[in-house]
Amino acid sequence: MVKRVIFRERLLPYLLLLPQLFIIGVFFYGPATDTILNSFLLTNPFGLGWKFVWLDNFIYLFARSEYLNSFLVTVVFSLGVMAVSLGFGLLFALSTHRVTLGSGFYKSFLIFPYAIAPVLSGVMWLFIFHPTIGVASFLIRSVGINWNPLLDGTQAMIVVVLAAAWKQISYNFVFFLAGLQAIPLGVLEAASVDGANAFRKFVSIVFPLLTPTLFFLMVVNVTYAFFDTFAIIHAVTNGGPGQSTNILVYKVYADGFIGLNLGSSSAQSAIIMFIVICLTVVQFRYIETRVQYEMT
Amino acid sequence: MVERSPVFDVFNHLLLILAVALVGFPIYYAFVASTLTLEEVTQVPMPLVPGSHMTENFQTAARQGQMIRVLGNTFVVAMSVALGKIAISILSAFSLTYFRFRFRMAAFWLIFVTLMLPLEVRIVPTYDVAANLLTPINWLEKLLFIPQITAWLGHPMQFTVKLSMLNTFPGLILPLVASATATFVFRQFFLTIPDELCEQAKIDGAGPMRFFWSIMVPMSRTNMAALVVILFVYGWNQYLWPLLVTTDPQMNTAMIMLRQTMPGANDPQTWNLVMATALMVLVPPAVVVIVMQHWFVKGLIEGEK
Repeated sequence: MVKRVIFRERLLPYLLLLPQLFIIGVFFYGPATDTILNSFLLTNPFGLGWKFVWLDNFIYLFARSEYLNSFLVTVVFSLGVMAVSLGFGLLFALSTHRVTLGSGFYKSFLIFPYAIAPVLSGVMWLFIFHPTIGVASFLIRSVGINWNPLLDGTQAMIVVVLAAAWKQISYNFVFFLAGLQAIPLGVLEAASVDGANAFRKFVSIVFPLLTPTLFFLMVVNVTYAFFDTFAIIHAVTNGGPGQSTNILVYKVYADGFIGLNLGSSSAQSAIIMFIVICLTVVQFRYIETRVQYEMT
Repeated sequence: MVERSPVFDVFNHLLLILAVALVGFPIYYAFVASTLTLEEVTQVPMPLVPGSHMTENFQTAARQGQMIRVLGNTFVVAMSVALGKIAISILSAFSLTYFRFRFRMAAFWLIFVTLMLPLEVRIVPTYDVAANLLTPINWLEKLLFIPQITAWLGHPMQFTVKLSMLNTFPGLILPLVASATATFVFRQFFLTIPDELCEQAKIDGAGPMRFFWSIMVPMSRTNMAALVVILFVYGWNQYLWPLLVTTDPQMNTAMIMLRQTMPGANDPQTWNLVMATALMVLVPPAVVVIVMQHWFVKGLIEGEK
């Protein structure tokens, strides 16, 4: 945890920490504390008045079908994003790991979407699935399905899941590839000598050795789906049509900045904080297993 | 590798070509749209080969969106976020690894917790801080129940102090600097540096800051390069925070401008211009990632350990 050889200065370490602690104090701990405090208050949106209402904000939230709907939407959305981006990320990593010819090209091509902003992905996919001029909409309509993601909730969900997952494939790809490269060749060779075919090796060796990576990526992807996708929802659907893509983080924004309901918005933030902290704790319980297959 | 059957190789290549198509199609499609006229782009289906109006569209989009200013603003924000985070993080990491002092573990955990909660969950109060940097004083007032107490004492007293950072670069940048990803990257790296190095420096009479500047900073170059890529992309792609703190068009950033170019249902469907804007805002981070791919991948994987 600490070096054996250290410096003896007394004041200097505090001075070195000061800029970081100051910034996180003002822009992290202050606001986070205020969020928690506000979640117990009822604030007048037009003035400075407020009163302490204990858990009323939370009780009120969970009594509303709107909030429960937002929870459900977030679960569906996150699972969708995870399934698509982890699935394709793993598939592409497995293939890239196996080919030798052109693997550099494939790698670069599959890594560069990391640079794509969520909102950019949202705009591009909306264009592809645009109700009147999108090329995908044209194809879907030609098989007789009435396609309009701006009016149909399920279709809107499909578009935002695709937009969010597409951008995230490259992140998962990088980690799966690193995980695959860390698997010792000897183990796989031994399995071959024992007569295992490719499928058997994947099920019995490769996949189990990738599970730490998978757990880690699941947590990262949930966090991504919870927060970073705000831009996609804001640009593509605005939470609609009819609340069908109103994920939790979008609702915090909509209630806090459009609805000016500070107490409710803060209570929602506090709930999301709680969920994310739980997820992070779960992740750290797996960190021990993960370090075993350290990637280089 | 163990399996080397040609059939399997062909299958893998086919799959990867499919992967490239899946990843590349939206970008190709956007590129084609950016080269078409308004009539062509609203045709159903839109042509899939590039047209001849690329320069024109890019010029129009650049002019309408004031893209030079917008890209400049975004560059300032992304670079400052990257360099700011690196600067404060390397100092705190040095402090946490090379000194032993009271509250060291407390400081460690204070910094660590910031990794968990992104800006999005504390968005309303963070906005309050940006709208008024002196908000902590007002919080203090609230926490100490000063209005209530003074009212009860018979002399109602309530004060507010104000210093706004809305529509300023510090307002855009500082809240994005307030997390600790980079601190842990540097800390991990410092822990791997052999103790002999520090011992030798001390024998040669170097103080801690001399050791820091002459040895630690130069040795951390690779980590810094990786962090610059990751944090630059992070800063460049920010959406929610700029959406809130910038109302002045002069302060627009790339992603907000992209959102603003999207036509509403009743506007002319100028998707050719939207896609031209989209490509303009995509190019800078994409170039950074491609050029620095090696460091970036290394840094990404090690940073998350």
